[in-house]
Amino acid sequence: MKVSITVNGKEHHGDVEPRTLLVHYIREVLGLTGTNVGCDSSSCGACTIHMNGEAVKSCTILAVQADGSNVTTIEGLAKDGVMHPMQTAFMENHGLQCGYCTPGMVMAAVGLLNENPKPTEEQVRVGLEGNLCRCTGYHNIVKSVLAAAGSK
Amino acid sequence: MTITENKTTNVIGTRLLRREDPPLLTGEAKFTDDLNIPGALHLAVLRSPYAHAKIKSINVSAALKIAGVIAVYTGKDLQTTWAAPLPCAWPVTKDMKNPAHYPLAIDKVNYVGDGVAAVLATNETASRDALDAIDVDYEPLQAVVDLEDALSDKNIIHNDLGTNKSYTWPLLVEDTPGCVEEAFKKAKYKIKERYVQQRLIPMAMEPRAIAAVPQPFGGDITLYSATQIPHILKVMTALTLGIPEHQVRVIAPSVGGGFGSKLNVYAEELLCMALARKHNTPVRWVEERSENAQATIQGRGQIQHIELAADENGKITAIRVRIIGDMGAYLQLVTPGVPLLGAFLYGGVYDIPKAYDFSCTSVFTNLTPTDAYRGAGRPEATFAIESAIEALAREMKIDSFELRKRNYIKKEQYPYTAFSGLVYDSGDHLTAAEKAAKLTDLAGVRKQQKKQNVPGATKLLGVGMTSYFEMCGLAPSRVLASLNYSAGGWETATVRVLPTNKVQVITGSSPHGQGHETSWSMIAAEKLGVAPEDVDVLHSDTAISALGLDTYGSRSLPVGGVAIAMACDRVIEKAKTIAAHQLECAAEDLQFVGGTFSVKGSPDRALPLAAIAFGAFTAHNLPEGCEPNLEAQVSYDPPNFSWPFGTHMCVVEVDAETGAVEILKYIAVDDCGIQINPLIVEGQVHGGVVQGIAQALFEEAVYDGDGNLKTSTLAEYLVPAACDVPPITTAHTTTPSPTNQLGVKGIGEAGTIGAAPTVINAIIDALSGLGVKSMAMPASPQTVWKTIQAARGGKK
Repeated sequence: MKVSITVNGKEHHGDVEPRTLLVHYIREVLGLTGTNVGCDSSSCGACTIHMNGEAVKSCTILAVQADGSNVTTIEGLAKDGVMHPMQTAFMENHGLQCGYCTPGMVMAAVGLLNENPKPTEEQVRVGLEGNLCRCTGYHNIVKSVLAAAGSK
Repeated sequence: MTITENKTTNVIGTRLLRREDPPLLTGEAKFTDDLNIPGALHLAVLRSPYAHAKIKSINVSAALKIAGVIAVYTGKDLQTTWAAPLPCAWPVTKDMKNPAHYPLAIDKVNYVGDGVAAVLATNETASRDALDAIDVDYEPLQAVVDLEDALSDKNIIHNDLGTNKSYTWPLLVEDTPGCVEEAFKKAKYKIKERYVQQRLIPMAMEPRAIAAVPQPFGGDITLYSATQIPHILKVMTALTLGIPEHQVRVIAPSVGGGFGSKLNVYAEELLCMALARKHNTPVRWVEERSENAQATIQGRGQIQHIELAADENGKITAIRVRIIGDMGAYLQLVTPGVPLLGAFLYGGVYDIPKAYDFSCTSVFTNLTPTDAYRGAGRPEATFAIESAIEALAREMKIDSFELRKRNYIKKEQYPYTAFSGLVYDSGDHLTAAEKAAKLTDLAGVRKQQKKQNVPGATKLLGVGMTSYFEMCGLAPSRVLASLNYSAGGWETATVRVLPTNKVQVITGSSPHGQGHETSWSMIAAEKLGVAPEDVDVLHSDTAISALGLDTYGSRSLPVGGVAIAMACDRVIEKAKTIAAHQLECAAEDLQFVGGTFSVKGSPDRALPLAAIAFGAFTAHNLPEGCEPNLEAQVSYDPPNFSWPFGTHMCVVEVDAETGAVEILKYIAVDDCGIQINPLIVEGQVHGGVVQGIAQALFEEAVYDGDGNLKTSTLAEYLVPAACDVPPITTAHTTTPSPTNQLGVKGIGEAGTIGAAPTVINAIIDALSGLGVKSMAMPASPQTVWKTIQAARGGKK
């Protein structure tokens, strides 16, 4: 099936099998490997991207469902070689260790602040419920998000 | 030369931000499955749906007809491909039983997930589609799932072994023969407890991924793998496949967490390599999460019986421990050794006489093989002694902190020769524990508890504590020899000062999230008087770092990091002879401060390292016999383990009506000696603690009676999310290790070791008024509620 998806500001036209997941389209067809796959049950959130401005798990969406939409992946977050404030906050607060969940976590966190610019610690913890991290114990992830929000 | 004597800059101890982060944060980092490998065939593995069955026949003809499928192999097809079975590097006893284990099962499957057939296809989708088209005729056999059932030998898994027992490993230390028995006879207090260490699934966020790339001519092959152990893998794959070792290159690209699960030699690595050679084409494989749950090793899996004898003051006079260890279906790389890593630690941080009777019997089951998972043997041991000491305190009706104080090894007893003969390097348990108590406001919480935990109350407050030892920094090679481990415990480092005074550090450690590039650059910067950003750290590629023993067992800093410091010393020594030659003075008259050699007392006569580095490169004016270039390589075998310690405390509120547990406060006071980068240390503690909390409250690999894993996805296996766990308060004391020049100890596993018993002890403390004396893990609301009901029933 033919799809047309704008990814990180660039329009891509492709022909995909109907069963192709958006995450596989992003990784394998477009070669944007920053978006990771960590599970097969939509539980881990490693594949979180933005679709039309909202954080979504790209393993729960078929590429054909994304036809006509505007997608931002982790590669599209930094602008002109300058990291997004959320990326900087993760670095400054040691919000990542192995970094595998990180692209999804950062995209989810940016999405969270879009909806709630000044969250409490509790709201950050609940807001990131769909993203799993095995390294950090979340302590510094929460700290990073609060720092990016200017809450702390 | 110690780090403090030679302190030329102030890098060590600073919270330097990680250089690893920008590529990981922007998506530039390449994990194994991100690599673009043109022409690679995709491997998929058909896995047994039975825990125990004979393979009667396999029909692959339909699979071969699927478009894109290149070949399908069964275990029989590949039988002659293997020069040796999958390796187990730790034959703990001479008579240990070790069943032959090949990458694909040949005539019998022994766990759900055991590989049965391998498909190669031009794309991943076709390879997975082909799995469904393979027709296997199985004859199911009775599965052995329960450990005590396995021990009975009623059903034997590996017929040729004649038993399910792999080995029995005893450690009996008696001052005089029979003194353990005598101590128990004489004891004023005795307790006898049974604990179950449930199986855990490590669940590194990056599943395993592999790509094997053969050279078209000459037989060389490069293996990319999401592994913790590229060096060990090189040796082991060469031996298992019968490839000359120098033709194998192993690269671990960015690796997304390990926790022990990537400390192994796996069937899929050998399949990718063997089939890449057979087809003369790259072969790649990536694991699905549900495969990861079944076919990557699991951790823990022990039944523990512990007995303590104590005198009238509660001083422990003897310890008896009996363990049944669950090996799973086969022995993986260090499977049998895991209980041994805990064997020395059932005395905890206490002053125990030579009256210690430990024995572990390990058995095969029809379940996924177990192996090292964060802490490996030490969390299990710590859980047992730290739970048992609480039981002893309850028996004596005294405060458990008070009981610990009566038994702690005292600061002035260090270095302390333990009952086992091991020497604990340094420690100050009381100071760490008092700091934890203060941060917890223990007295205040106890007061609140009295107020709150009144008859009829539903929200019950509890405090738990654990004082632990980590026993890490694996390890002195001679000690490993005495435990029958097949390899050494050293680490290598090369330090090279380039002509422009930039520094290369090459390490045999292999990071997968620990921030070695940052920390190792700090060590070299401190020693050589250069900026950390001028130090490049190379690792995880056996063509660059030829010798190494990789990353596990909290060894990277106390072994690998110390090797870097030693290599820097050798570089400085060599530079000093060059400086002395050029300054026309004796080497002894030179001092090296802030990256510059100067004549003591005449600061004007000086040469910076930069000038010497360039001079060593041009080699125009070197002393007689001095080789060009400024470079040194060190292989460092540590004289001892490192012994980090600390006390963790937590405060919980348990809802007696629902069984829900909420952690209100978690305090971790850890002492890992000198901290190179406190930011990274704290991160290690946070993550470790949450993995321990996860064992206490959430996680368990649940199997049904037929050996089917019921928790094979992240929807069923409850890795905690941010909202499931509390913030962690970290603090430290600093007791440098006297056995290495940096004064460092490991910290990677401490959090996990301390956390599970801390949380469980807090829950039991909260419920003690209801008669609850033990709590199974994971203490899910249902388990807690049932335990409360049972205790209440018992009271009637």
